[in-house]
Amino acid sequence: MLRILVSIKQVPDTTNIRINPETGTLIREGIPSITNPYDIIALSFACYLKNNYGGKITVITMGPPQAKSSLREAVEFGADRIILLTDRKFAGADTLATSYTLAEAIKYLQAEEGPFDLYLFGKQAIDGDTAQVGPGVAVRLQVPVITQTVKFETLDLEKRIIRVHRKSENGIEILEAKLPVLLTCDKGLAEPPFSPFPLILKAVKAEPEIFTADGPVNYQREKLGLRGSPTQVKKVYTPEVKKKGKIVDLSTTPLKKVVDEVIELLKSKGIL
Amino acid sequence: MKEVWVFIEQEDGRIHPVSFELLGVGKRLADDLSGICVGILLGHQVSSLVDEVFSFGADKVYLIEHEVLSYYRHIPYAKALSFLAKKYGPEILLLGATPLGRDLAGGVATLLETGLTADVTELEIDKETGNLLMTRPAYGGNIMATIICPNHRPQMATVRPRIFPMPERKPGRRGELIVERVDLYEEEAGVRRIGFLPKEKTVNLEYAEVIVAGGKGLGGKEGFEKLRELARLLGGEIGASRLAVEAGWISYDHQVGQTGKTVRPKVYLAFGISGAIQHRAGMQNSDLIIAINSDPKAPIFNIADLGIIGDWKILCDALIEAIKRHKGN
Repeated sequence: MLRILVSIKQVPDTTNIRINPETGTLIREGIPSITNPYDIIALSFACYLKNNYGGKITVITMGPPQAKSSLREAVEFGADRIILLTDRKFAGADTLATSYTLAEAIKYLQAEEGPFDLYLFGKQAIDGDTAQVGPGVAVRLQVPVITQTVKFETLDLEKRIIRVHRKSENGIEILEAKLPVLLTCDKGLAEPPFSPFPLILKAVKAEPEIFTADGPVNYQREKLGLRGSPTQVKKVYTPEVKKKGKIVDLSTTPLKKVVDEVIELLKSKGIL
Repeated sequence: MKEVWVFIEQEDGRIHPVSFELLGVGKRLADDLSGICVGILLGHQVSSLVDEVFSFGADKVYLIEHEVLSYYRHIPYAKALSFLAKKYGPEILLLGATPLGRDLAGGVATLLETGLTADVTELEIDKETGNLLMTRPAYGGNIMATIICPNHRPQMATVRPRIFPMPERKPGRRGELIVERVDLYEEEAGVRRIGFLPKEKTVNLEYAEVIVAGGKGLGGKEGFEKLRELARLLGGEIGASRLAVEAGWISYDHQVGQTGKTVRPKVYLAFGISGAIQHRAGMQNSDLIIAINSDPKAPIFNIADLGIIGDWKILCDALIEAIKRHKGN
């Protein structure tokens, strides 16, 4: 039986984000929160493995109490145990503090119910796009990491070897790793399953276990949240827009004139 | 002497150009700190690359060669790099925000218990404090955030290819080479490469001199066929907006923007691309931007050097004709 840990994050849907043009700050009202799309791939892959090899899926997330809804979504994917790490003291964490908070919780869970075989993370979260937390947690757990996993090939439960494809700069690496291993999951690895009705019902009523800075994990306070974060935001601003160039309208300017102008520009850059 | 480190990314003995771009930035930062710019070269039988690292601006190179480093794996590379950083205490450590660099950076920052800022687009030294000011887009490029790491060293950042210009190569430029040793074992690597599938057709978008890009306004797959003809005549590559990729009209390899590639060609021709901030973030450093869109309010016009309001097809056909005629002469 496979023991799978999935780490997910609830994020604002960045494709719909608006900025207050006067203050340069994020307009938070009305922005839907979603489960990070790459984490959905991780959940889908966990579900695929559970259905094909048998196993237990534990899902953790760190965030405000509303992140509970993402954990409920995880239950629809077959999560057996859901845990919400929530505390004001966790807030403001950068990737170093986040990987500490998650890794200590994972170590606690392992001490309680035995080691995990696979740790699945999304390739990155779409709000920060850093892709740093997965490798950070792997280092803290002292397990190998494969980032940008795009395809699953085989899993040999007896030899405890998994074979996957990783996207690299110049192509696809076919990699074998001995369990336990941490994978960050990228597009193509797995598709969301159709959730059976009983799971959807179960999800509606699911309540996560709550972990805080006070327990059950024994955290070093100075490593949590803003205090435990080496990086600080010094300034936030809206990006400057480059000065507008020339605008011509094809309904009022002859096509030939516009084409000639483009050709001249291409010549000026040595393209023609 | 403060050291600004650049991780030299090499695979199969070829250095990724982003490493040279970072040497250019690293040199500037080192000058501002009255320090030196250092290249970190890890691999197996890679000492022949050292001169190339010097020629792009490194004052010093730390070299570790080991069989276990013959191809990239997280554990041995992170071990070697963090070993060097612990021994020599650099002020700054820069890596390319490539699949390899991103994989490595998160682990090394954790081993060194320091801060790491991803996908930085501006790097400056704060004249008062001497801290590194690392500016990056946040929330899909809607805002910019300047990040500092005041109390931990090294200050780490990853930078995408093409954010910074390629520095001038000065053949014959020399520096100091320090060869280091670290104990590495195949068994501790944890991962083994058993095969490799090279990219079928390499789309060299990041380093293309001309990009002909299409968006939702093309209306379908066929639109890209027309753009391909234009791109071929100009010796360019095809780019695309996220919407065109998500519509399935073209593969992700062609995507320009926040979730795709960052490009800085001499000429960027945008056909039917509205120019959402996420797209602009990936192409606004182009030398010359020519955009055509039927919507006069399209935000792409805010950054275009020449904005053309009208039907992209008409312009594309006319351009193809004109260029053919031009080449015929």
